[in-house]
Amino acid sequence: MRYLPHTPEDVASMLQAVGADSLEELFAGVPETCRRKDAWNLPEPLTEWELNAHMDRLAARVASSPYWKIYLGAGSYEHHIPAAVSYLLGRSEFSTAYTPYQPEISQGTLQGIYEYQTLTARLLGMDVANASMYDGASALAEALLMAFRITRKKKRVAVSRAVSPFYRRVVATYFAPTDYEVVELPLLADGTTDLSGLGAIQDLAAVAVQSPNFFGCLEDLEAAGRAIHETGAVFVACFSEPLAFGIVKSPGAQGADIVCGEGQSFGNPQSFGGPGLGMFATRQDHVRKMPGRLVGRTTDLEGRPGFVLTLSTREQHIRRAKATSNICSNQGLCAMTAAMYMASLGGTGIRELAQLNHDKAEYLKEGLLQAGFSAPLAAPTFNEFVLKAPAGFGQIWKRLQQEKIVAGLPLAPLYPEMEDHYLFCVTETKSRDDLDVLIREVSS
Amino acid sequence: MTASQGTTGLILNEPLLWERGKPGRTAFSLPRRDVERKALDPRHAGPGPDFPDLSEVEVIRHYTRLSQWNFGVDTGLYPLGSCTMKYNPKTNERQASLPGFAGAHPLLPDELCQGALELMAHLQELLAEVTGMDAVSLQPAAGAHGELTGMLIFAAHFRNKGEKRTKILIPDTAHGTNPASCALCGFRPVALKSNERGVVDPAVVQELMDEETAGIMVTNPNTLGLFEENIQEVAEIVHRNGGLVYCDGANMNAVMGIVNMKAIGVDVLHLNLHKTFSTPHGGGGPGAGPVCVTRQLEPFLPVPRVVQEGGAYRLSQDFPLSIGKVHAFHGNFGVLIKAYSYILSMGEDLKKVSQLAVLNANYIKERLKDVFHLPFDRPCMHECVFTDKKQQAHKVTTLDMAKRLMDYGFHPPTIYFPLVVHGAIMVEPTETETREDLDRFIEAMRAIAREAQEDPERVRQAPTKPKLRRLNEAEAARRPCLAG
Amino acid sequence: MKEIHELNLAEDVRYTQDHEWARLEGDTVVVGISDFAQDQLGEVVYVELPQVGDTFDKGEEFGSVESVKAVSELYMPVSGEVVAVNEELEGAPDLVNKEPYGAGWMIRVKPEDPAQMDSLLDKDAYLEHLKGLES
Repeated sequence: MRYLPHTPEDVASMLQAVGADSLEELFAGVPETCRRKDAWNLPEPLTEWELNAHMDRLAARVASSPYWKIYLGAGSYEHHIPAAVSYLLGRSEFSTAYTPYQPEISQGTLQGIYEYQTLTARLLGMDVANASMYDGASALAEALLMAFRITRKKKRVAVSRAVSPFYRRVVATYFAPTDYEVVELPLLADGTTDLSGLGAIQDLAAVAVQSPNFFGCLEDLEAAGRAIHETGAVFVACFSEPLAFGIVKSPGAQGADIVCGEGQSFGNPQSFGGPGLGMFATRQDHVRKMPGRLVGRTTDLEGRPGFVLTLSTREQHIRRAKATSNICSNQGLCAMTAAMYMASLGGTGIRELAQLNHDKAEYLKEGLLQAGFSAPLAAPTFNEFVLKAPAGFGQIWKRLQQEKIVAGLPLAPLYPEMEDHYLFCVTETKSRDDLDVLIREVSS
Repeated sequence: MTASQGTTGLILNEPLLWERGKPGRTAFSLPRRDVERKALDPRHAGPGPDFPDLSEVEVIRHYTRLSQWNFGVDTGLYPLGSCTMKYNPKTNERQASLPGFAGAHPLLPDELCQGALELMAHLQELLAEVTGMDAVSLQPAAGAHGELTGMLIFAAHFRNKGEKRTKILIPDTAHGTNPASCALCGFRPVALKSNERGVVDPAVVQELMDEETAGIMVTNPNTLGLFEENIQEVAEIVHRNGGLVYCDGANMNAVMGIVNMKAIGVDVLHLNLHKTFSTPHGGGGPGAGPVCVTRQLEPFLPVPRVVQEGGAYRLSQDFPLSIGKVHAFHGNFGVLIKAYSYILSMGEDLKKVSQLAVLNANYIKERLKDVFHLPFDRPCMHECVFTDKKQQAHKVTTLDMAKRLMDYGFHPPTIYFPLVVHGAIMVEPTETETREDLDRFIEAMRAIAREAQEDPERVRQAPTKPKLRRLNEAEAARRPCLAG
Repeated sequence: MKEIHELNLAEDVRYTQDHEWARLEGDTVVVGISDFAQDQLGEVVYVELPQVGDTFDKGEEFGSVESVKAVSELYMPVSGEVVAVNEELEGAPDLVNKEPYGAGWMIRVKPEDPAQMDSLLDKDAYLEHLKGLES
């Protein structure tokens, strides 16, 4: 086996050095009764040839771009990944390193993450971003837990129904064994969050609103922030499509105290939903309440600038049961990828790309409206939107799969009141021709 | 011995991203604009972020230079204890980047993602087979996330039985994540003192295991590199008192094919695919922390779960006792592919993996124990723990020696962990290292032990060969500068 | 780290077993941590202090002190109300290392019962306590 370098001579001489007669004897510390007696049923090792054939066969049985035109978003977005980004993240000095606990020989990771933190903070309009969390959903759960640390003694949070149902499900899971409670905020007719009932909710530590929200609608975060701050709660702004902030006002500029969400859009393949990265940012005052790893700038013995992991006393390996989170890793390579992607786009590029996403989505929205769809939610959108389909669309939606098109996400399983409502996502990966084909198909 | 591997080469300085570039440059090829520009609603329009504009060459040089300041497994021996820094096979990367996998949307209708579902189902079966457990969830995104999932399962199990249990026993050799994961689920960790052999003492468990205690969270093999030899007795005590046994499987690399985890009494186990199953650590992630359980606890596993019906796979939410979701979608699928690829490449040779991992660790232990103090002098598993006791007389610490190893061209071992050993030096070579590299490492360690006696200042001043010397961590924490 | 005989143990304060010191000044008690505690922690990078007006019982946690890789809880030597906190420490936590009994003080307390001071260790008793820890 090519990953195991030991020759029979190596094994024999090393066994002799340790004073054992056989490899089995090395396990003398495992009591006989703990030894595995049952034969295990593992397959014969595959050659690389066989492995490739097997994996090719599996991968071929998944619908993916460019052969398929998939108009799904809902927290996972198809964006062009520059070849330069894929190439760079494949550099094994980055990918095969561990957490940068030894800063002298980890400056590449450390500076890279410091740059990621900086670009993320700038994108979200916040002071400080951490080195990333697992995904957007767990980032939201952690943000709400952090709000309890900020407000102390309060036990309740309110989360908009327009926050991704997947994220809300994760929050509910995290909260299940605790005595914290989640209150759901209802929707307004235009697809944004109804905050009018906030005043009546007691003991509120945080309120979470997503923008663009699950329906793609842009929330008025500024007004939300005012209403939330009036209750004394922490304003958590969440997102799943960070590209929006290329043209949409940042949550930080609108008063958010904690901003968190999914960063997969930035250079990370969709990969059936993971790995992505949970982006997480806050204001300077709250840094010591923040979960997750942080890289900070400092100097070495000779005064040269460098970077280290810092404020570790918040974390589990030091504060153990009293840590701000149990998280130990970050999505390091995904965060590096996001930084490479942000650097590749640049300030000019991200505006252009975001605008293009918006415009293409608007083009499809317009076309579908003319094809008989209706727009029940009136709020402005970015690159996703909800339309109500004309009767009988369910059949067409199925049939379109034969044309290698997935025409949006049916919302009824997630929002029972939204029968015949579909969530469409359009990114720069769809050409006008693609959009015209879809419009034509649904019109016929 | 041949000359030290550690040398210095031409390393280039590189400014921060935003200290490069000029407005108007780009490294991104935008598709042709084929639709009309439509202004975003002005109430929501913002100026966009303050990012630097760089050319593609600038981006490439920036990150290439940064990469050269890093040390990875592909650079050299990385004997970080408890982290299993084995070689990361490149074929795994090929498989994960296949368009069908990399381009898969997580909400595809089941019939359009059969290949991905089959992979998950098959990987679950393989992990069950390797561990001996009955059922597996691939959703947790990291080891600590697996622990959290496991503790949520504990909590759900007792809630379902109508029992209120508030405490969990955790040995003093545990990873810090264990008590933190407990605490997140409302359990109070109770520290369990290991005995003079460095393992859990059943008598202590017997004493502490009461009706308010949900069970025990044990790492096996433990962080001293020792097999918890009383695990069956401990499990029996815990079970007799209505509790559950959680095993932190971070060190599974030592016992594949040797120990059946269910047979020794484990109820819930998490694996670290980025340790045992060769997926790259990525400078801190992404990992994957699947959770394996017994049949009894299967109903509590996260949803959706892959089920097979009539030759087809589908994702099912239909598990009313499930704890819910711990990840927005299906976990770190991209990492799962790599672990699957590794398991298929190794097959039944996984047992050999554990045998050679243990051989390598014992070889290092035997060859260094005359120069470094060994607090537990008996056969170890996949890692061994030394201390700086013999070097204290010369005022040379574990930290100094770890830093000095860099000058010799090695990544340092894990240091000052486990906490129960003062000045711990925890070495885990893994099975993928050649005997020649182990010998070079041993020679370097012996040379450092000599230097500690003869030229301690040199060790205290180390490292001198990497790009930077020791960094001022106190300054970083006193006046945090976390963004530029 | 310092040997026991290298420690600076102030004469004019009383000590707790958790290594805080308390000094009676008029009708208030000033509290900090001992030279031993600061030496064990290493470079102090952050001190978390309560707010003026908070009250604590003797032995209750009133804050924490952090070095790069350790956190230590701070416990009240006597019951009372916090009447002042050392705001200097926010910008210069290293004062705890440099002058543990002077500029590195942490809080000033109005004691509920000044007689509680008598229950604390004097220098010799504290020294004995430290020797006991060593063995």
